[in-house]
Amino acid sequence: MTNSFSEFRNAKCFLCIGTNMTEAHPVAATFLKNAVRNGATLIVVDPRKQPLVKHAKLHAQIKVGTDVAFLNGLMYVLIKEDLYDKEFVEKNCLDFEALKETVMKYPPERAADICKIKPELIVEIAKTLASVKPAMLCYTLGITEHTCGKNNVMSTANLQMLLGNMGMESAGVNPLRGQNNVQGACDMGALPNVYPGYQKVIDPAAKEKFEKAWGVTGMSDKNGIMMPDMMDGLVSKKIKGFWIFGENLANSEPDISHVEHCLESAEFLVVQDIFPNETTKFADVILPSAAWSEDNGTFTSSERRINRVRSVKNPPGIAKPNWWIFKELAKHMGHNWPSNSGQELWDNEISVLAPAYSGVKYSRIENDGLQWPCPTVEHPGTKFLHKDGKFSHGKGVFKSVEWTPPAEVEDKDFPFVLSTGRRLYQYHTRTQTGRAGMDALYKEETADISVADAERLGIKHGEKVYVESRRGKVHVSARVTEEVPAGMVWMTFHYREGNANWLTNPAFDPETKTAEYKACAVNVYK
Amino acid sequence: MNITINGKQVEAREGQTVLQAALAAGIYIPHLCYHEKVGVAGKCRACVVEIEGMRGLQTSCSVIVKEDMNVTTNSPTVLNAQRLVVDLMLSSGTHDCLACEQNGNCELQDAAYYLGIERPSVQYGEINREFDISSEFIYVERNKCISCGRCVAACNNVVVNEVLDFGHRGHHTEIVFDADKKMGESTCVQCGECVQICPVGAIVEKKNKGRSRYWETQKVRTTCPYCGVGCQLELHVKDDQIVKVTGVEDAEPNKGRLCVKGRFGYDFIYSKDRLTTPLVKEKGQFREASWDEALGLIASKFKAIIEKDGPDAVAGVSCARSINEDSYSMQKLFRSVFKTNNIDHCART
Repeated sequence: MTNSFSEFRNAKCFLCIGTNMTEAHPVAATFLKNAVRNGATLIVVDPRKQPLVKHAKLHAQIKVGTDVAFLNGLMYVLIKEDLYDKEFVEKNCLDFEALKETVMKYPPERAADICKIKPELIVEIAKTLASVKPAMLCYTLGITEHTCGKNNVMSTANLQMLLGNMGMESAGVNPLRGQNNVQGACDMGALPNVYPGYQKVIDPAAKEKFEKAWGVTGMSDKNGIMMPDMMDGLVSKKIKGFWIFGENLANSEPDISHVEHCLESAEFLVVQDIFPNETTKFADVILPSAAWSEDNGTFTSSERRINRVRSVKNPPGIAKPNWWIFKELAKHMGHNWPSNSGQELWDNEISVLAPAYSGVKYSRIENDGLQWPCPTVEHPGTKFLHKDGKFSHGKGVFKSVEWTPPAEVEDKDFPFVLSTGRRLYQYHTRTQTGRAGMDALYKEETADISVADAERLGIKHGEKVYVESRRGKVHVSARVTEEVPAGMVWMTFHYREGNANWLTNPAFDPETKTAEYKACAVNVYK
Repeated sequence: MNITINGKQVEAREGQTVLQAALAAGIYIPHLCYHEKVGVAGKCRACVVEIEGMRGLQTSCSVIVKEDMNVTTNSPTVLNAQRLVVDLMLSSGTHDCLACEQNGNCELQDAAYYLGIERPSVQYGEINREFDISSEFIYVERNKCISCGRCVAACNNVVVNEVLDFGHRGHHTEIVFDADKKMGESTCVQCGECVQICPVGAIVEKKNKGRSRYWETQKVRTTCPYCGVGCQLELHVKDDQIVKVTGVEDAEPNKGRLCVKGRFGYDFIYSKDRLTTPLVKEKGQFREASWDEALGLIASKFKAIIEKDGPDAVAGVSCARSINEDSYSMQKLFRSVFKTNNIDHCART
């Protein structure tokens, strides 16, 4: 997030696109609802009538996978009617002309035709956005989990720059992260192209710095590969040793049959986790980990806030903290690492090596955490980024993008679009919530379908149906609901049985390698 | 500005109420409907005080401070009035503390203690209301409800879930869920804001029932293990058991608010399914192994693969749930020991 949750309070307008905040980030949604109660305008862009819609002034119920067309349509109106923030754009942004050229191809009539909404709604939303400031744009995986995910993200940034909604309080582009420490895992360099603090592995100076700090030579100077390529590499034998730490890939990745084939093909697989799950069964070695509340450390939240996590008990049996496991393995390979606790790792290594976190020390985050960038121990942390339009990398560059449809669209044999997400009472593959009593509140996977389709197909609420894609078939109860538009099926990946990932399409954004969980073609029948 | 409370000069801020100024100065005034989060209700009248120049007793929760205001909170008139209010509240329900979950953390109990009320002077009110145990995680005992309205205000104005309200009339007035449904059958999403704000033991959580008393638990602040909002939790820990979770009031970003998973989804760590020892697969079956054996095996296998096929023949996926220090260590292992950048995590799911 460029901005912070505490800034929800003073926002005058919210554009929530592809975020089912009420269920996936419930506490954030309460602050948003407070702001709406106090007069802020809420605009929801979502294919479903999800719970936020009840609080919205305007709802653009766009067709799945048409976000770029919609956002370009808004920008067409803003530019055509001269409603954008010219001062901000001239002072702080580059490549406006290129953006203009692209979005001019998306007059409201065309955009509306792609999105299957009324052109007047695009005009009204554009005018509403132009009339109030500051406005916060919030998104979640509805934007990123598409083959055009990166372009979707670019478009949200284009819109907020065009509106001058950047670099100030209660504005910005705000992706809410789905997992507690997905921000932190990125920040720590658990990515194939960057060291901790986003220092590039292909930068020789950065490589030298880390080699020196870690007391080694000969580290790789080329980017590694991303997870989908690792999985395929197991089949092609490009990857022979694979180590999975705390992810249940056999349930969470698209096209389970394919994923299991990949895991089966691994020559040597290590799985490190707190529970046996669908992935551990493929392992050659299983390592038992300390869980949340069994180790001291930090999580970094969506708003870049580094928060303390504390231990209240020892891990069961001889399970060990994860950092200990990595340290011991290094020792087995002849490397002696100095740090011996979360605090030593953070205070003596991470904060020393990554300038953005240099000012963050455990002694400073006893209570509320600190938001990076926080370069010195006197620095108060950064509530919002790009202050006064001064972007971290110089000027804000408009990246104009064209709309592209999902990799797999509906046809005669598979006439529905399947979109996926999360439900309030469960979390991911239920390894945690399934052992904390939440099953009582959401007992089994369902296929959410519209009232119109249910009537047309003679399907009753609660009746078992088949949902089938080119990759697999599941047998689940139908949940007939007003939330879902005709032509759509909506499901989650919480349960093994009826898991949407038996059906989803392993088509990825070419750059981010994010899978298109939000759109594939399916059929529904009794 | 300065005001005087019980003859003592006290600093107060512009716009504060007398109650807020007193509490900030460490002067206790009983108050049961007012809570910082839901603001002034002016209902319970337990906070009455004398203010020089104002006629009769005033509810300190609703009077804004003025320069040189002279407030008395401990005169016999004030205490008698407060006593009457609290006495009648105690009389109106089953405020028997012995097995109450809220014992030791009950604002009605605190008020009664302060005012020296051993027993209510009139008989208990009618006690025929059923307990509502229909909700999975929350237990409602209306006999203990003092109709302060905090839960109703919190449900509607803080978390804006709009489920709780007052229903029925007169003596039969009580809190209701939706149009008088059982809690478990209503649209309640069990965020537990009502549990956290209830001053008595009328809305309590089930998981802790009979397991710990408030004073037995150690309170440990931590961060929620679910979504990426980063809510701050207070773990209530007895021995090595988390018996309850509350939101940390005044903490960024959640200001005490939680969701159903954050508040009630903590006990997965105690599951008997936990992995407790390294396991090594042999002829298709897992068998227990020591750390030394398991790590030795991984080291030799990875070493052999790297020697034969190069460092880029190994790859790893880190965990987006675990602490920063773990992801840091895993990428350090892959980069500095294995000499590959094939390290990624589940950022995109």
